[in-house]
Amino acid sequence: MLEEKKATQATLSVEGLTTEFHTRAGVATAVNEVSFSVMPGQIMGLVGESGSGKSMTGYSIMGLIDAPGKVVSGKILLKGQDLRAMSAEQMRQVRGDRIAMIFQDPMMTLNPVLRIDTQMTEAIFAHHKVSKSAAMEMARDALVRVGIPSPDERLMSYPHQFSGGMRQRVAIAIALLNKPDLIICDEPTTALDVTIQGQILFEMQKLCRESGTSLIWITHDLSVIAGLADTVSVMYAGRIVESGTVEQVLNQPRHPYTYGLIASAPSRNPRGQALHQIPGITPSLLSLPVGCAFRERCSQAQDDCANVPALHEIDGRAVRCFHPVPFESELIA
Amino acid sequence: MTTTVQKLAAPFKADTPFRRFNRQFFESKIATTGLVLLALILLAALFAPWISPQNPYDLGNLDVMDSRLEPGQMSADGKLRFLMGTDEQGRDMLSAIIYGLRISVMVGVSSTVIALVFGLTLGLFAGYAGGKIESLIMRIADIQLSFPPILIALILLALSGQGVGKIIIALVAVQWAYYARTARSAALVERKKEYVEAAMGLGLSPTRIILRHLLPNCLPPLIVIAALQVASAISLEATLSFLGLGLPVTEPSLGLLIANGFQYLLSGKYWISFFPGIALLVTVVSINLVADQLRDVLNPRLQTQ
Repeated sequence: MLEEKKATQATLSVEGLTTEFHTRAGVATAVNEVSFSVMPGQIMGLVGESGSGKSMTGYSIMGLIDAPGKVVSGKILLKGQDLRAMSAEQMRQVRGDRIAMIFQDPMMTLNPVLRIDTQMTEAIFAHHKVSKSAAMEMARDALVRVGIPSPDERLMSYPHQFSGGMRQRVAIAIALLNKPDLIICDEPTTALDVTIQGQILFEMQKLCRESGTSLIWITHDLSVIAGLADTVSVMYAGRIVESGTVEQVLNQPRHPYTYGLIASAPSRNPRGQALHQIPGITPSLLSLPVGCAFRERCSQAQDDCANVPALHEIDGRAVRCFHPVPFESELIA
Repeated sequence: MTTTVQKLAAPFKADTPFRRFNRQFFESKIATTGLVLLALILLAALFAPWISPQNPYDLGNLDVMDSRLEPGQMSADGKLRFLMGTDEQGRDMLSAIIYGLRISVMVGVSSTVIALVFGLTLGLFAGYAGGKIESLIMRIADIQLSFPPILIALILLALSGQGVGKIIIALVAVQWAYYARTARSAALVERKKEYVEAAMGLGLSPTRIILRHLLPNCLPPLIVIAALQVASAISLEATLSFLGLGLPVTEPSLGLLIANGFQYLLSGKYWISFFPGIALLVTVVSINLVADQLRDVLNPRLQTQ
């Protein structure tokens, strides 16, 4: 009975997370009432345009929101423990040990003046009392796991001696060092070319399946999500507008924004025709339209959209819309 | 098989940051000359007791008969030739200059190092912490920088009196704000870089992030400023000593030697002020030449590739 409960407990469960930035121009709600959960070994995609709040959701979970930003409400439960109730020191212990983060630009995430072995072992020493040689052994194993050839030599190298793809592998290896429950990946393959991206996606998926680590994959690239994730949440202007399994959401999007996003992918359009685009621009978080934030760009919008729609369930996925896109089977990839 | 491996490995190892630095530094002949001069000056200062013809501080060595001798003359007892003449107490100027150099360089370097450590710590801390602490530290630095350095040093020395320790304190008080300001601006730039965010994401402690991650990356501009500041500290100390507020007469630095000869300058006894002046000039210029080249090599924006 107890074991059964353990097996079904979510690795991370976020409830009503709201992060605000108090700037001189006003209050920007970067993350607005965001809720989702990730099960052990599951990969969740967090999709949205630039400025939709997807990265800020990641930073909020890590407790890395800098002033003037602040997490104002909500619960972040890591295996049932509320991270927001923790002290700064407890939170530091969680970061890098139980939750790791991988950042977008592999050229920038490694310190240029420190050797790889220093950067890897300090991540271990920050959380565990182990000997220098044991830490080196762990670092070496992690490099082997992410497919870096001649790891002993590589440990003694500086970041500038690595290519972009190799650096991202090192960053992933560092994230894996302390065997975290959850890894938050903030567009880690966006800066890499497609072949390297493919390899890294494949390896991340394999590592997750093997170790039961959960993954939150933040990206704007729907094709990556289609190939990698189990579930997906689509964000727009700080809110989740649609979430469900990848098959449901990507094959039959119901929210007009998700629909427009998928239709905007160039490969979907027949050759010679103008590319599809969503009219208008992403609204500024400081001056969001009243009601549904997507209202002014939406083809389905009606008068009642001046109220904020609630997230409600339509055939197995959650949609935040009063007038969801009708079921269209010809949109299947 | 082994040859191909070596061929591939060779360019990989050839371009370490240190080697690149060396190559670029010695590209300039002027800077190399400056470095050689500086090395000679530092060696002379370091080994002063062994290379100088006379101990200028030992009054028992001096003979009133030797006072104000022209360069090249022999001492009254015929034992010593005064290559740069003597001052009014019959002190060999060459020895006095070498010893004076020792004190000037010691004061300049130690005040710079202390000011660097002090200013760097405050600046990095301010840049990392932000908010009220940052404003407080930086406003103090701003107020400090709005006064002329010599005024601050004069006030401090007038209040505290003479002495090697006191002049070092005065020079530190004058200099620290430059380092604090530069360290803070460098820390602000570095702090926004993803590797610092990644280090925070790894749960490293703030002390470790500041010392191991921010500090080494903020260092290049500070090294350049420190090198230039050594020169300005030496000349500021010389100015203060010349004005009679610096070091005590028993331990004459270059500035004091120049001041001692000042009254004889118009009566044709030029050497008492002239040679210490030249020594000061060469020291300051060689430090500046080295510092300029350091700035060119360490500044990524000035690099041609």
